[in-house]
Amino acid sequence: MSVEVLGSVYILAAILFVFGLKLMSSPATAVRGNLLSSVGMLMAVLITLTSKEILDYRYLAGAAILGAVVGVISARRVAMTGMPEMVALFNGSGGIASLLVGWAALYGQESSAFTLVTVLVSILIGGVTFSGSLVAWAKLSETIGSGAMTFAGQRVVNVLLLLVLLGCSIAMVLDPAWTFPLVFVVIGLSILLGVMAVIPIGGADMPVVISLLNSYSGLAACAAGFAINNTILIVAGSLVGAAGLILTNIMCKAMNRSLSNVLFSGFAATTKATKVEGEVKPITADDAYLILEAASSVVMVPGYGMAVAQAQHVVRELGELLEANGADVSYAIHPVAGRMPGHMNVLLAEANVPYDQLIEMDEINPRMENIDVAIVIGANDVVNPAAREDENSPIYGMPIINVDYARTVFVLKRSMASGFSGVDNPLFFGENTRMLFGDAKQSLSSVIAEFKS
Amino acid sequence: MEAVLLAFILMLSVFLGFELIAKVPATLHTPLMSGANAISGITVVGAIIAAGADLGPWSTWLGALAVFFATVNVVGGYMVTDRMLSMFKKKDSPSGGDS
Repeated sequence: MSVEVLGSVYILAAILFVFGLKLMSSPATAVRGNLLSSVGMLMAVLITLTSKEILDYRYLAGAAILGAVVGVISARRVAMTGMPEMVALFNGSGGIASLLVGWAALYGQESSAFTLVTVLVSILIGGVTFSGSLVAWAKLSETIGSGAMTFAGQRVVNVLLLLVLLGCSIAMVLDPAWTFPLVFVVIGLSILLGVMAVIPIGGADMPVVISLLNSYSGLAACAAGFAINNTILIVAGSLVGAAGLILTNIMCKAMNRSLSNVLFSGFAATTKATKVEGEVKPITADDAYLILEAASSVVMVPGYGMAVAQAQHVVRELGELLEANGADVSYAIHPVAGRMPGHMNVLLAEANVPYDQLIEMDEINPRMENIDVAIVIGANDVVNPAAREDENSPIYGMPIINVDYARTVFVLKRSMASGFSGVDNPLFFGENTRMLFGDAKQSLSSVIAEFKS
Repeated sequence: MEAVLLAFILMLSVFLGFELIAKVPATLHTPLMSGANAISGITVVGAIIAAGADLGPWSTWLGALAVFFATVNVVGGYMVTDRMLSMFKKKDSPSGGDS
């Protein structure tokens, strides 16, 4: 197989990746986009297999079959609520693969300083992606505590780690004789660095971490491409790197925080929010039904609490009943609702909520004053008016869904406990707020039962 | 020269990536992420070369391990993205078809 043919097929594969991503701009075409992208991948893999470089297929075939089996099983079995964990694990496996490719590139060839540097970069990024993703997975699945883990001198340790890494790398580039003892040190330290980077980040910031690691997994592939001089790795890797960076940026904006603030500090619990006082007004399902029955526009505001209670199906059922009753129903989605960017949309799609009813925060907020009833289900911080009004609140400045502007607000909650960030919520004491205490699924079921009777 | 050429490719792809992905609506951010993740499994191409080019036993073993992990990433990533995307439905379109 000539280099030209190989190169042309790689270009074709890159075009398919680009078109695949382009089709992702609408839910109507996204399935096709994903398919195109996977065809591109298949082409790149097949042409590489038939290229003259490949002499030995035995280990390769075994590993690929095993990997495919694991991939298929995990993709089929994962629950939609568990998607962030799954993506974290996939990120991690992409990261370790890039590390291994970089490492393997050290053997069997005379390596120039350029190759050596790129190998070191791919080992570093691959290692950080791998262990960082494993820590993210452990936090998301609550295998370890999801809170921020910090210790005294953490930054000093990190800087030292980086310095040692840099020292080893320089030694390797200056004198190739050092390559083989030191590469193990570099690998070990890269993996350690990934752990150190993610443990200080708390649960509420996970959407940022997941998108950042996503970006890293692309950059790792890109670096591996430099190490082995392969263009398709560079193109595809940098596309992914860019995707991750954009999502990271969106998540940071949605929380009104800078990336460095997310990475280097736990949720600032030091500021003292103004104490909220007032009286909550509980409501029963019967009364909630009477109000909903008369409403002509209803907005549901789901949060991760809804997903955990597996209440998305009853939410959709109530939505359909309200529509049948003549009300205009929509779902307001805050960008950081859920545990990864866009997670809530997937959970609602799973419950067959049509995507044209899912409205983004910026679009629903101007309409909020004309909404009869806003139903807050398992969301807390993303509807907290303190973010708008209380300068002392740790979440001050974060854009929220302004449910308190609606004519009536129902808040479905188990108890008065506060959300992820541990902040009081003045919404609960609002003039137009009614608290519907109890398990969200049961509360909604009783409202639905009223509708049906 | 080679390095410059590769850096050029890198720069153009990053710009292209930003352009493409900025247009993806928030609704699709999770599938976008898992789909992009599957694309990052392109490392599988490098892994295949490392495992199959007969560069010596170490390279073969490391390459085979890399093929395993990258394949998990690629196959799992594309499948789970497809599963998610096929759940997104427009109003009044026939329901069902969940995998």
